[in-house]
Amino acid sequence: MHELSVAMGIVRIAEAELRNSGAGKIDKIELQIGTLAGIEFEALDFVWPMAVRNTVLEGAERELEIITACGKCLECDHEYEMQKLYDPCPLCRSNLRGIIRGRELRVKALEVT
Amino acid sequence: MCGTCGCGGDGNHMHLVTPKQSKDLKSDQMPAKGRANDQINGHEHHHHAHHHDHVHDGHHHDHHHDHHGHSHHHDHDHKKKVIEVEQDVLHHNELMAARNRGYFEALQVAALNLVSSPGSGKTAILEHTLNALKEEIAFYVIEGDQQTDNDANRIAATGTSVVQINTGKGCHLESDMIYEAVQQLQIKTGSVLFIENVGNLVCPAMFNLGETDRVVIISTTEGVDKPLKYPDMFLSSQLCLINKTDLLSYLDIDLAELKENALKINPNLSFIEVSATKGTGMEQWFSWLKEKIKQPQTQS
Repeated sequence: MHELSVAMGIVRIAEAELRNSGAGKIDKIELQIGTLAGIEFEALDFVWPMAVRNTVLEGAERELEIITACGKCLECDHEYEMQKLYDPCPLCRSNLRGIIRGRELRVKALEVT
Repeated sequence: MCGTCGCGGDGNHMHLVTPKQSKDLKSDQMPAKGRANDQINGHEHHHHAHHHDHVHDGHHHDHHHDHHGHSHHHDHDHKKKVIEVEQDVLHHNELMAARNRGYFEALQVAALNLVSSPGSGKTAILEHTLNALKEEIAFYVIEGDQQTDNDANRIAATGTSVVQINTGKGCHLESDMIYEAVQQLQIKTGSVLFIENVGNLVCPAMFNLGETDRVVIISTTEGVDKPLKYPDMFLSSQLCLINKTDLLSYLDIDLAELKENALKINPNLSFIEVSATKGTGMEQWFSWLKEKIKQPQTQS
């Protein structure tokens, strides 16, 4: 249950960015999270209200872009969608792979007024 | 922070346990910080209605994509501004991990992050290792547990300097805790630092501590599919110690299948089979350790 740490990390980033911008409040936060980033989306939903309470993100809309994981086979160069961290290449069954998308855990943007 | 799910970021507590002190210390009950406990009993666990998630398949949406490549702030109508943050959420942890790594590299310290489920034998392996090699190698230990000094006391009994970090409700160590803890240890050049993480195969996987290598420990009682159940940890580790091999004759576990499962996730993972209580296989682990001191190459 590290999602609370993650949510608090998001709050910390938002606080610093709001301070630097000189704006008054955050209306919306845009997040990008990959399906293999190690985040349970339901757990993040669960902890979010607690993490943002009495912070600059309280009341801000949260927009989540979920990035579907994609691996690239190191044997045959085939790119394939990954459901699990250990999905082998569907063409050559190799387990040697680079994960080229799906590990993202990013604050993309803030909308402030 | 959260009384229901048992996790949290605040309330960490650490202190040095020297070999002399260890007998006098009592276990430390960390009070959970009040905020979340208050909330948990209130209205916070309902499924909130004030935010909206949208899934995008890479298509453009307003405001910022059209403005890429120039200044940080963009003015829009109604005094609305979009700040393009583009920052990793774990950026702070990574930053502090990089500082730790630089410190370890400068001192040629092999820092090993030991991760496993609770009860797999991390502390027993450490005790055995410290007792066997303490004349040859300078060791330091950082112990991470939610509560108690018990493990630090076991380590201190071997004569090794140890810092106990009690994470309170926290379920993993983070790099800033290690940053503070190493300052108390005053580590010598060319030594080995063991960081015994909180017993948890999920959360510690995400938090780089700046370690040289990550060593995942699994015991023979845990089942062959454990790597598949907790793939993140096996992906991010370099060595897998399989402990409690002395129990194999009582168990119906196929170690070849266990290894095969782990290799599906991480084809570069190495394995050493040990029994910390009987000492079997420990020589191979010691050899690995001694090689690591010669060349403490940090994973990038």
